Amino acid sequence: MTRPNRPIYLDNHATTPVDPRVLAAMRPWWEENFANPGSIEHAMGRAAEAAVEEARGHVAALIGAEATEILFTSGATEANNLAIKGAARFAKGQGTERLRIVTVVTEHKCVLESVKDLAAEGFEPVILPVGPDGLLDPDLLDRTLAAAPALLVSVMAVNNEIGVAQDLAGIGAVAKRHGALFHTDAAQAAGRVAIDVQAIRADLVSLSGHKVYGPKGIGALYVRRRPRVRLAPLFSGGGQERGLRSGTLPAPLIVGLGEACRIASLEGALDSGRIAGQRDRFLAALSAAVPGVAVNGTMDRRVAGNLSVSFPGGVTAQAIMAAAPDVCVSTGSACSSAEVETSYVLKALGLEEARARSTLRIGIGRFTSPADVDLAARALAGAWQRAMQSVESTESPDKLAAARNPRPASAAE
Amino acid sequence: MALYLDANATEPLRPEARAAVIRALDLVGNPSSVHGAGRAARRVLETARDQVAARFGASPAEVVFTSGGTEANAIAIAALSRGRRVLAGATEHPAVLAAAPGATLLPVLADGTLDLAALDAALAGGPAALVCLMAANNETGVLHPLAEAASLCRAHGALLHVDGVQAAGRVALAIGQADSLAISGHKLGGPKGAGALLLRPGIDLPALIAGGGQERGRRGGTEALPAIAGLGAAAEAADPAAAARLAPLRDAIEAGAEAAVAGAGAPRLPNTTSLVLPGVAAETQVIALDLAGVQVSAGSACSSGKVRASHVLAAMGLGAAAGSAIRVSLPWDAPPDTAERFLAAWSAMRARLSRKAMAGAT
Repeated sequence: MTRPNRPIYLDNHATTPVDPRVLAAMRPWWEENFANPGSIEHAMGRAAEAAVEEARGHVAALIGAEATEILFTSGATEANNLAIKGAARFAKGQGTERLRIVTVVTEHKCVLESVKDLAAEGFEPVILPVGPDGLLDPDLLDRTLAAAPALLVSVMAVNNEIGVAQDLAGIGAVAKRHGALFHTDAAQAAGRVAIDVQAIRADLVSLSGHKVYGPKGIGALYVRRRPRVRLAPLFSGGGQERGLRSGTLPAPLIVGLGEACRIASLEGALDSGRIAGQRDRFLAALSAAVPGVAVNGTMDRRVAGNLSVSFPGGVTAQAIMAAAPDVCVSTGSACSSAEVETSYVLKALGLEEARARSTLRIGIGRFTSPADVDLAARALAGAWQRAMQSVESTESPDKLAAARNPRPASAAE
Repeated sequence: MALYLDANATEPLRPEARAAVIRALDLVGNPSSVHGAGRAARRVLETARDQVAARFGASPAEVVFTSGGTEANAIAIAALSRGRRVLAGATEHPAVLAAAPGATLLPVLADGTLDLAALDAALAGGPAALVCLMAANNETGVLHPLAEAASLCRAHGALLHVDGVQAAGRVALAIGQADSLAISGHKLGGPKGAGALLLRPGIDLPALIAGGGQERGRRGGTEALPAIAGLGAAAEAADPAAAARLAPLRDAIEAGAEAAVAGAGAPRLPNTTSLVLPGVAAETQVIALDLAGVQVSAGSACSSGKVRASHVLAAMGLGAAAGSAIRVSLPWDAPPDTAERFLAAWSAMRARLSRKAMAGAT
């Protein structure tokens, strides 16, 4: 098989390439007007401020919000930290008696870590399970909240490993019925599935720039104005973003996020249709070449670009990746992708250890071509066959992976 | 053509930084991903870390990338102040003062430099402390006597956090005897959206932003790769020896302006002057100069738009004159005719103001 002249990138959950239109929108704010958007005393600063505000409008429009409800952060991780810790700390300062923070076992690490951090501050984390399909049962949430009131419910819109899309409207309705705040981490969902803050009754929504073909280093948090949701800042400073997020606003990155959201508003649905077609094409080719390949998580409620596929025959995903160096895929979340631990998300679905270890995460994106998915399916199938031979010749797949993919432990962050 | 003299709010992007940003934007990978694209991104990240470490005398392992100077200051103060009282210079940046709301303020002398005797007395008069000092002031450019302050801190068992945001790239700056040093990318000609906290080895820094374990567990979130790459390139390019060429331009402005200069007698950054025109509100001056295409500021950019006398100048004992000072800060690429162009606009403004004053008097 001929090798592609560049790696095929099917890891669009870890990060997406910057859309050339986004790059074009950002460049003038590095090259022509570099001013600080806080410098509204002079013309250059005011122009930068206007660009920031236009971007804020684009971000808001993507999720049916108003511009004044959008705060810029350094990314979705910070937005999740600010939403969860900020809401909890503010409410505690007001003397709330609601101390339970409810979330789900398959959330992104930064959400789980934020909720766990709050335990040290006197809050009570409640981590709910998901079904084998990866979805939270709204009835379970209902019973949980009925048993004891919660301050905040945080449920991600789309899972970063298995791509399943939670029933946000149903979950939001339950949360509101019980008087809890509702936060959703929409980093993987924005631009890929429609999100309307009114329809899902969200109080807080986290967004990421680099997951929507924008730049790394920028994200946003939606904070509902009516009724007003109050937060304590994570850190203080010059008082930007209404005191909730201090620090000079990175105008070029914000413009990039705004442009990425504007494009997503216009083209998200078209993207999803095309991406779903390629996902189906990829899965058909892979299933034909690798009998017994299985998809994890429901196919009924799923973001178009995601597949979580387990390979048969006792091979590990790492062995397959090592044997397919021209394809960029992952075993799970990028944050933990160098860890040897099996995915806690797959474990939560009830997958056995061996199957979890044979699972690859495939993320098809806006710039994936039909040729890319054809080549990738062929490369991964070939890699699986070679890995199988290694298994059969008693060579441990772990050793094979280690030999082909040496990596210092210090890079495992 | 506009004359941008508000570098202390933000510096123009250096070409080396711009190239690094654009190169990094073309990389697809997440630095935490193990595949080839991820490893390429990781190399860019670690190169930037080496560049920052080399410029500011730290170990690469002790460089923590943040979203900017504000976050770097905030996480340092949160970590180092555990179990300690905080002493902060009276002229510190609002971000530092806001991050240490209970801090005891250390007075400065009339020239804006730290009163070392007051620091010594404050350290002697209480339990273990964290001292927060800026290397250079954002409004006046005045440099604190950091080496002397660090010696006092050491003698009293205090920790020292240095806000190096304005000094970085303009004068020699290293973590040296301090326990932590905060820098900002866009103040040294890098992009906005990245900064760094440099630590003395052995300092424990719990993550204020929890996440996927990035930055050795000290700062969660996918690294802002293009901004960080730009920060690294800017740190390498921002040679303080080159910034020294700004001093004669600044001196020519001061010589021609016929105004008082806050902190004139103190060691200062080569690019900054705080011109005081008693009786004329800073806002009036800034607006007039803006209309003439000269972009300066009345204070720090964060508080811009809020009409408020500078706490920095007040701490220096300027009294009512504190509301009449403008900050002129030259960017790294200030053109050779900067002083002439500034002074032309400045003189025109003063002439107009005195005509107005005379018309008002009659």
